[in-house]
Amino acid sequence: MIVTLLISVLIISAIAAALALLLVIAEYFFANYGQCTLTINKEKNVTVEGGSSLLSALASQKIFIPSACGGKGTCGLCKVKVLDGAGPLLPTEEPYLSQEEIKTSFRLSCQVKVRKDLKIEIPEELFNIKQYNCKCEEIRDLIHDIKLFRFRLVEPSDIKYIPGQFMQLLAPAYEKSKEDVYRAYSIASDPADKSIIDFIIRLVPGGICTTYCFNYLKVGDEAKMNGPYGQFRLTDTDAEMIWIAGGSGIAPFVSMLYHMKNTGSRRKTTFYFGANKTKELFLLDEMKQFEQELPNFKFVPVVYKPDENEKWNGETGLVTEAAARNNKNLADTEGCLCGSPGLINASIKVLKELGMKEEKIFYDKFA
Amino acid sequence: MNLTSEFYHALIVCISAIFTQNILLTYFLGLCPFIGSSREIKSAIGLGAAVIFVMTCTCALNWLVYHYVLVPFHLEFFRFIMFIIVIAAFVQFVEMAIDRLSPSLYQRLGVFLPLITVNCAILGAALFMVIRDYGFIVTVGYGLGSGTGWFMAIVLMANIRSRLHNDAIPKGLQGAGITLIIVGIMALAFIGFTGVLAGR
Ligand SMILES: Cc1cc2nc3c(=O)[nH]c(=O)nc-3n(C[C@H](O)[C@H](O)[C@H](O)COP(=O)(O)OP(=O)(O)OC[C@H]3O[C@@H](n4cnc5c(N)ncnc54)[C@H](O)[C@@H]3O)c2cc1C
Ligand code: FES
Repeated sequence: MIVTLLISVLIISAIAAALALLLVIAEYFFANYGQCTLTINKEKNVTVEGGSSLLSALASQKIFIPSACGGKGTCGLCKVKVLDGAGPLLPTEEPYLSQEEIKTSFRLSCQVKVRKDLKIEIPEELFNIKQYNCKCEEIRDLIHDIKLFRFRLVEPSDIKYIPGQFMQLLAPAYEKSKEDVYRAYSIASDPADKSIIDFIIRLVPGGICTTYCFNYLKVGDEAKMNGPYGQFRLTDTDAEMIWIAGGSGIAPFVSMLYHMKNTGSRRKTTFYFGANKTKELFLLDEMKQFEQELPNFKFVPVVYKPDENEKWNGETGLVTEAAARNNKNLADTEGCLCGSPGLINASIKVLKELGMKEEKIFYDKFA
Repeated sequence: MNLTSEFYHALIVCISAIFTQNILLTYFLGLCPFIGSSREIKSAIGLGAAVIFVMTCTCALNWLVYHYVLVPFHLEFFRFIMFIIVIAAFVQFVEMAIDRLSPSLYQRLGVFLPLITVNCAILGAALFMVIRDYGFIVTVGYGLGSGTGWFMAIVLMANIRSRLHNDAIPKGLQGAGITLIIVGIMALAFIGFTGVLAGR
């Protein structure tokens, strides 16, 4: 009896150990890619440890590629031209690349694994992207689920960005999340004040980064972010503009308004801002101030369904409906949109129906 | 038994495992990934293909382990644990290998491989081959057939479910509920094959 027990335990352990050994050997054999050389823009060579994604390999070299999803392959922002060594295009990349981009060898850097030497091309401007150490200086409640976070840059102590761009804020590992994650937030501060970054953040229930900001981050805490990223910005024209945003989508427009004020802009601009209830409107005083300082700027808050017993004599219904009510022909107008994908898609549809040309519609989707 | 008749037997077992003795529709094994991944045709095909591959290989491996390790040491009663260990190790190994050798295949199958470790149809097939006392070649045929049967069932189901998208299904039956009812009906339909081949 005892002998049988012993033998069986022994045999089973031996087999398990043999299999484990086999796996370890296989892992050593398969997962060991050795050192790989990345040739960037034909001139710069960096050596990285193979086996990780191109995105994180570059990040380890302090070259930051935009990424809003943190490498999950869902945002499509991390496009990089890989001239050689990337292997076949993966099914996970296809949805985010146009035919044109596929032809010119663009890839999603978070999906491309560094397995051998790679030749890549990165736009020069990405080298301006830096990692910033900063300090949380102020947290201001705007409405029940939206707060404004102000950070003072410590190292480097100043930043140059174009209003409309975003930063990637680090949420370090904490109780609810095991690893560091980065999330994109549009800059909402005055570009003239180079040592300050403001974010306007909406709490996503259960969200990793927003929960961290709302419940864990305290005034005086250190924080890390990198940037600036993004192509969303004001055009150089004098064309009339319509802006549409909801919730925290107001953020990039605040920065743009500061910029317009600093440069004494006279562009005709109407900003439709949507909320469900009057108590979900915020930054109203600031907007009034901008209206006084900018001769041709108009802020139009649109409340979907005001409570019956409160006085609201502004626009009601959906923002898109309000924009459609007040505009007939937008052929020469530019559109800037910011907020949830739902809002943006609906707005694009309405603006196009009003005659706005597709190439004149600019937007940043918070997804 | 000589080799030709062995192959012939393997063929019969393979076909019967696809139609008359379908591991999913007659034994209802491997039901959770079946319900979970049959929403989309594309992922159903991916998972199904991975099951065919893993099932064929692990049946063969487990046959070797059973007949050359467990039987000589009289450890047949350990087969549950042993088979699971072999399956898990094999899946791990294959995952690493195709990640290295074919990244695009990895992207297609890779996400499904870990799911397969806990697919009871794989273990079920290995246990059946022991109970039914199959030889090595027949076991391979049986693994291939069972895998193909599972593949066929999940792809059929994914097709049916994609057709249900726009239908008004009572709230309580949406998702798993209606799927189980449909598998039941599919199983009944498959009984029709029973007369084609008698048993094993
Ligand atoms: C270019 C860009 C700029 C952005 N600027 C801002 C900004 O200025 N202010 C701001 O508040 N957010 C902004 N976002 C959104 C932000 O990056 C995060 O996606 C969001 O804050 C959720 O992060 P999380 O880690 O808390 O949630 P996660 O843990 O990533 O997500 C939790 C769950 O919530 C869902 N989810 C993710 N994002 C949203 C969302 N926005 N609304 C509803 N559900 C969501 C996810 O699908 C997931 O199921 C921006 C996004 C992009 C791409
Ligand atoms: S980082 Fe989002 S798709 Fe690559």
